[in-house]
Amino acid sequence: MSNKRILAFFVAILSIFFGNVSATLSGNNILRMATTTSTDNTGLLDFLAPEFKEDAGIELQWVAVGTGKALELGKNCDVDVLLVHAPSAEKKYVAKGYGVDRTEIMYNDFVIIGPKDDPARIKGKSPVEALKIIAEKKALFVSRGDNSGTHKKELSLWKEAGLTNIDKAEWYIQTGQGMIATINVAAERGGYTLTDRGTYIKYEYSMKGNPPLVVLVEGDKRLYNLYSVIAVSPTRCPEARYEFAKRFIRWISSPRVQRKIGDYEILGKRLFVPLKAR
Amino acid sequence: MNYILEGLRQAVMLLVKWDPETYAAIRATLTVTSYSMCASLLLGIPAGFALGYFDFRGKRVLRTMVDTCLAFPTVLIGLLVYAFLSRRGPLGSLNLLFSLSAIAIGQTILALPIIMSLTATAVESLDRRLRLTLLSLGARGHKLLFTTLWEARHALLIAAITAYGRVLTEVGISMMVGGNIKWHTRTITTAIALETGKGNFGLGIALGIVLMLIALIVNLSVMSLRKKS
Repeated sequence: MSNKRILAFFVAILSIFFGNVSATLSGNNILRMATTTSTDNTGLLDFLAPEFKEDAGIELQWVAVGTGKALELGKNCDVDVLLVHAPSAEKKYVAKGYGVDRTEIMYNDFVIIGPKDDPARIKGKSPVEALKIIAEKKALFVSRGDNSGTHKKELSLWKEAGLTNIDKAEWYIQTGQGMIATINVAAERGGYTLTDRGTYIKYEYSMKGNPPLVVLVEGDKRLYNLYSVIAVSPTRCPEARYEFAKRFIRWISSPRVQRKIGDYEILGKRLFVPLKAR
Repeated sequence: MNYILEGLRQAVMLLVKWDPETYAAIRATLTVTSYSMCASLLLGIPAGFALGYFDFRGKRVLRTMVDTCLAFPTVLIGLLVYAFLSRRGPLGSLNLLFSLSAIAIGQTILALPIIMSLTATAVESLDRRLRLTLLSLGARGHKLLFTTLWEARHALLIAAITAYGRVLTEVGISMMVGGNIKWHTRTITTAIALETGKGNFGLGIALGIVLMLIALIVNLSVMSLRKKS
């Protein structure tokens, strides 16, 4: 064998390997979704995906990231559909032409959780008041700091409380990680944090129903947590599977599937409330 | 401490009860590391040989660059591969993003400098007289290559094991360009990251133990190879 032949041999083997893997993976009936950690961590998508496969014959594959990154993946045409929870960012996104067919499908609420003994005494206060007290008493607050939907909500609450320059405050720490990782940091350090209720219930469950952090602030309209699906714009991304995305959006907003979302429970607690169940 | 005991117990359970998700992650891990190891060995050994064997202009600069690439952070590799494979990127039309191939490409980039650098070092450290002997015996071209590499075989095995350890355990590339998609691109390491993020620390440790078992099996088989040769 001459050197050239050896080279040709290597190239041939490499192309067989790579050709082979990509051929087996690029199946046809796949809908790719970018979603937030909360829908994945709570197991909701694991619950819905097999149903969608059965009803529509389309396999749902999802990448669970923060809402900021999910929107970015959609912008780059790397996914076909988004399931996210940051309404104002979503509306801008649609207005800029990155996404179409935005449909609100369900909600739950955010809660502020903290140590059982509540050192800053925020229990029962309104969210804005609670944040003011936390800042005043320099009680530890743990933030996601990752541009996720929850983080965006938290920032808007701080803004409303008139506290904008907290980034470097020593009582304010940013994890840059997912929700449960952030809750764990708050639990270890005895701090407060903002979380969506679904993830909190899941956390409660993984702590066998006896978590060190408890819900202290809830039930304010500012804590409304709205989830929407958005199809990636077919005009900007002709490669995106818009037909599948449209079918998914229709499917998930149908009364039957909406009722299933309403029935999804952990520890006997409902995680998401559907908007179109009737 | 509880997590560790819990993890040990769960690791055994996952394997014994033939847990489908665990085996899917094991399969993804094995597939992707096999591809990346094949590619990086096929490309890296000849390149490393050339780097160690021949004298040419700019050799030291090239060597320094390869050695610097040993410190390539996996998240950065992930980001670079993502930029290329994204549908908006230059290779977007290949439709490789969020597939095992994408992870394999990233891991090849990770392993290549390791194989190259260690192969070059191994070839350099061979007795200089070997080269003269081979040349005087009339060895040319690929014969020269194969005989030299054969003499350096033990060091090459170490290079392969080191690179395998790195690709087996990396999480940045798999997460970024694989997307951690269940049943498809969820490898053991991304599954550990996910379960830890979900607060299932026991399961995370269990999967870590599974990963170490794979490493043990690979090293045992390589060890038996060394004894024979």
